[in-house]
Amino acid sequence: MRNTDILIIGGGPAGLAAAVGAYEAGARDILILEREERLGGILKQCIHNGFGLHTFKEELTGPEYAQRFIDKVEAYQIPYQCETMVLDVSPEKVVTCVSRKNGLEHIQAKAVILCMGCRERPRGSLATPGERCPGVYTAGTAQKFTNLEGMMPGKEVVILGSGDIGLIMARRMTFLGAKVHACVELMPFSSGLKRNIVQCLDDFGIPLLLSHTVVDIHGREHLEGVTVAEVGPDLKPIPGTEQYFPCDTLLLSVGLIPENELSEMAGVEIAPSTSGAVVDESLQTSVAGIFSCGNVLHVHDLVDFVSEEATKAGANAWQYVQGSLPESGRKVPVQMGFGVGGIVPQFVSDKAEGNVSFMFRPRNVYRGARVIVELDGTQILSKKTMILAPGEMVNLSIPAEKLQPLADAQAITVRIEVPEA
Amino acid sequence: MYDVIIIGGGVVGCAVARELSRYRCKTLLLEKTNDICNGQSKANTAILHGGYDAKPGTLKAKFNVLGNAMFDRLHEELDVPVQWNTSLVVSFQEDGHPMLEKLLQQGIDNGCRGELRIIDREELRRREPNIGSTACEALLVGAGGIVCPYELTVAYAENAAMNGAEFQRNAEVTEVKKLANGNWLVVSSIGSFETRAVVNAAGVYSDVFNNMVSENKIHIHPRRGEYYILDKKYKNVFHAAMFQLPTKMGKGILIAPTVDGTVLVGPTAEDIEDKQDTRTTAEGLAKALREASKTWEHIPTRGFITTFSGLRSTGDTGDFLLGEAEDAPGFFNCCAIESPGLTSSPAIADWTAKQIAGKLALETNPDFNPIRKSIPKFRELDDAQRAALIAENPDFGKIVCRCETVTEAEIREAIRRPVGALDVDGVKRRTRAGMGRCQAGFCTPRTVEILAEELGISPLEVTKFGGKSYLLDGYLFEEGKNHA
Amino acid sequence: MKYELTCINCPMGCRITADYDGKEVTNIQGYTCARGKAYAQTEITDPTRMVTALVGVEGRRAPLSVKTRSPIRKPLIFDALDVIRKTTVCAPVKIGDVVIENLLGSGVDVIATENVD
Repeated sequence: MRNTDILIIGGGPAGLAAAVGAYEAGARDILILEREERLGGILKQCIHNGFGLHTFKEELTGPEYAQRFIDKVEAYQIPYQCETMVLDVSPEKVVTCVSRKNGLEHIQAKAVILCMGCRERPRGSLATPGERCPGVYTAGTAQKFTNLEGMMPGKEVVILGSGDIGLIMARRMTFLGAKVHACVELMPFSSGLKRNIVQCLDDFGIPLLLSHTVVDIHGREHLEGVTVAEVGPDLKPIPGTEQYFPCDTLLLSVGLIPENELSEMAGVEIAPSTSGAVVDESLQTSVAGIFSCGNVLHVHDLVDFVSEEATKAGANAWQYVQGSLPESGRKVPVQMGFGVGGIVPQFVSDKAEGNVSFMFRPRNVYRGARVIVELDGTQILSKKTMILAPGEMVNLSIPAEKLQPLADAQAITVRIEVPEA
Repeated sequence: MYDVIIIGGGVVGCAVARELSRYRCKTLLLEKTNDICNGQSKANTAILHGGYDAKPGTLKAKFNVLGNAMFDRLHEELDVPVQWNTSLVVSFQEDGHPMLEKLLQQGIDNGCRGELRIIDREELRRREPNIGSTACEALLVGAGGIVCPYELTVAYAENAAMNGAEFQRNAEVTEVKKLANGNWLVVSSIGSFETRAVVNAAGVYSDVFNNMVSENKIHIHPRRGEYYILDKKYKNVFHAAMFQLPTKMGKGILIAPTVDGTVLVGPTAEDIEDKQDTRTTAEGLAKALREASKTWEHIPTRGFITTFSGLRSTGDTGDFLLGEAEDAPGFFNCCAIESPGLTSSPAIADWTAKQIAGKLALETNPDFNPIRKSIPKFRELDDAQRAALIAENPDFGKIVCRCETVTEAEIREAIRRPVGALDVDGVKRRTRAGMGRCQAGFCTPRTVEILAEELGISPLEVTKFGGKSYLLDGYLFEEGKNHA
Repeated sequence: MKYELTCINCPMGCRITADYDGKEVTNIQGYTCARGKAYAQTEITDPTRMVTALVGVEGRRAPLSVKTRSPIRKPLIFDALDVIRKTTVCAPVKIGDVVIENLLGSGVDVIATENVD
């Protein structure tokens, strides 16, 4: 059986940064397994710019951002194996994978870093009624067809969901000569960045229909149109508000789901609120020596934060291999208070050192709110914000000494406090 | 000149083709759409019914029980996944007992094989801990099972083709005429063919063909059923196929595991006019969910991976219409085949083929080989088997559909086999590529490429299910055309 | 002339209104912070955008991703896309290679954003 110190599953932004992080911390025996033909993950097809402001202090396109990390992986001579699919991860950290070149392999790792990313929610999960004709794609699939394969799915487009991928595809399809008729959003607000709403929709006069959804899909052999209706506060369609949009393409941007099938095989505990692994502040999962980072841990808003998180996971994995990761002692649970959806980490070890960072998504749009962190009811942080929105993650970094005394602590609570009206 | 022409490539038409290939019989099957298994056969409950449901003395009762008993052999010969996971007919009302008794007696009268008894609340809960809180008791049907309806249909067809039957797709029959010499002329979109006998297995359209040749007019109306599929992670919520005891309010909604590990919820029953209307509707889906939640309280709607609807071919008499038309010698009907049609299919085919063989005095085919091997299912193999396959063909080392672990080798074989896949849905039915939780988001681009390569066409010509169901609209750059 | 725009600097998305007579932006209202005011100023007088796009590659179907090296004037976007669309390059290409020089006389080059061997 092959052996390696650190095995990284996935060669996208998280996997690349985890490898670089591990190497820079001192690890030398690292292996990246990537299922596609090239490294880079989803960034390969994200040819728009806006990546890297935090990491590189400049705005890069997805392929450029990925290449910065790929260049480092090459320079450090970190081994990677593309077109290799991992089929199983055992709690003992034996990874089973297949490839054309090497057939079926078992690799024993000392530490495993899960970097599988996420997938898009498909139409089926929405149970949108109507015909099951071609012409309905997730935004990412359409993006792959245009940007990587050089083929157009259609010319008359409606977009369901106003997440950033949907907005970016509205502009891309417009740039490629298609007519985008509308972007339809179920919620009363968009989860996309304001910049994308302005520069991908407003710039081209594409209407953003908030509190609307697609209620019927028409066209027997191919998509011919969709019926859109307004929804009430209960998010149910309001009869009588239906309008018909002729189109040959419906793009879905209705959410991302972390791909944790392998994590579950390894016995890693999954948090319902993030659909990702339960981790402590070192990004170690419930299985010792298995770490998780990037969009498989929780869906991020910016790739820069994926890189930051993954770099840390890589360094911690190396510490684990060396036996120098502080023995994870008693775990203090991190509780989600009002307005906090899906927090990472879910536990903080009572031996935590340095800065402990918390990331979460606000459940709603809150103006002028405070983000509050409490240790057993005692406030240890209170941060005033202008606006909080589900589309943008909140990043908190708390010095470990502020989190003391952790030894007897029962819980850390993170909550949002909205000013009284 | 053919001995037999079969109209319709559904589960019954393909089963009849296979049964006829046991004889020296020149058989041609004509299918209107781009693939076999493209109507009712692809969108049903995938259940092997035990045989308690149909009224004693009906064709449904007879062929259900006969067909059910044939599936162990089909599993062995055709390598089709079959699981005898039992069925439970659950009563949710205190006064349901007499009705359960009636079904039990019906099952006995029909000759249901295997265990058949009423179980009380306690045993029900022990067997199915996730059953809804209002469940009272249930009829346990040991002969209840599940099968993959696509693989069954494809296997019938592949085995028939191996044994000499011909298949033509995109061949729509427009007319069936009696000739002066006693033979039949079948006029289709790909030409006219003379044949000694015709099998009408045209599903929801079977009334059209019967009525062309017979004065005994029949009427088949489509009855639409809407379904949900849930993710594999709910595989073990129920073990048996969970029926609801029919009440005055309706036949109830079924929740059943599939042989592929997903969970099926449905169907509704709505009589409609349009024989092609397989839309799902907000009302239908809501109804299915509402009624199913008696069986499974708090169905996790986040677990849905897709919804679909299928049309059942419902006749006027409530029973199957089988056999040679009285006033049209040589014209054999397999009509009004709704539930339990899938279970009955091998028995209907066996009986129909024997009728035809008698009529045409067909000789036995000494070369008939009943064995058909499935495409290797990489997802179900152990490591040693997987390693061996990749060593033999490296394309087994390339996973195309990551949700269902389907390899490039499987997809290529699905296209290359006799009566192979011609479109994306055909690949899906033969391999499960695209049937998993991402619903083809990741694998569609690669599947399109492979289809284009194997069929020698451009990716722009690849369809989802034939006709004009193209997936792509054009190349971004002229250069694309030269490098399709 | 009255202008109405959405600030893109943060999720607040302030609705800003202002007057512009072709020379000077006046009466800027609705912004919350200094960045908002500055954004309104440039967005009204000289809006610019980075353009990312695709060009053809000789001998293959997959395109090459490109971008303008710096933002170009917003009204130029569709003319620029027309020029970019008609461009085909030969491999190999490296990130940063100039694909189109001085796009439409804007002084801005179009450069490759991925490597092709």
